[in-house]
Amino acid sequence: MRKDRKLINEARLRFKGISLNESFARICVSGFVIGTAGSMGISVTAEELADIKTAVSEAVTNCIVHGYKEMQGDVSLLLRFFSDGELYIQISDMGCGIEDVEKARMPLYTTDPDSDRCGMGFSIMESFMTKLKVSSKPGKGTRVTMVKQLFGRR
Amino acid sequence: MFSYELTDKKLIVRLEGEIDHHSVYSARERIDELLFELRPQVLMFDLSGTSFMDSSGLGLILGRYRKCTQLGIEVVLSSLNPHTKKLVATAGIEKFIKIINDGHTQDAV
Repeated sequence: MRKDRKLINEARLRFKGISLNESFARICVSGFVIGTAGSMGISVTAEELADIKTAVSEAVTNCIVHGYKEMQGDVSLLLRFFSDGELYIQISDMGCGIEDVEKARMPLYTTDPDSDRCGMGFSIMESFMTKLKVSSKPGKGTRVTMVKQLFGRR
Repeated sequence: MFSYELTDKKLIVRLEGEIDHHSVYSARERIDELLFELRPQVLMFDLSGTSFMDSSGLGLILGRYRKCTQLGIEVVLSSLNPHTKKLVATAGIEKFIKIINDGHTQDAV
């Protein structure tokens, strides 16, 4: 982490892991990004915002569909915005976890090919964001950490 | 989240608004019913009214594509915006599904 940068804004959110909240999570993250960047006199492009919303949608959907397998549980969201234009997003669940993270991250890999899941979730997060880290413990849950460099030192 | 029309054996399904895991749920079954009831020659997904889509939307399209292949129905994607275009490119869908009206007008196939 660079020493000269400051934390400009931070938000934490915890919501019920139901599909209705996928759009809620996207709206929250959009509001956080637009508001914080705006306060710094910087506008975020439509493409950057769409990238972030898509990645958030994928991560939250994973918590609901895979982590909790449509059972109940909470999804936690942590957002940080730094002075160098770095957006840090952490999305976690306390669901079943992933046995083999490397395998899960492979394009087209899906645990449930019959239910119209296309197996592109992690690939989309990876290509739409600057950095992606997935840590998971079977039986404990999964945490996805994503970074998007929005302006400044790209 | 979707509307449809059938003209000359072409079923046009317009995906409207935000297409995610939550919204594809009801659309999936209804579109499958329409395919069996109407037996079109072409299924066209019109994305001109799609403001957001994630991999659940891609899953909806790919799932219908698999069904249509078995039924001998051609699948076409129409009127993509920069966001849906990027999503489709990331998944490599354009390699096997035809894309028309890429960004602009909505002429017939």
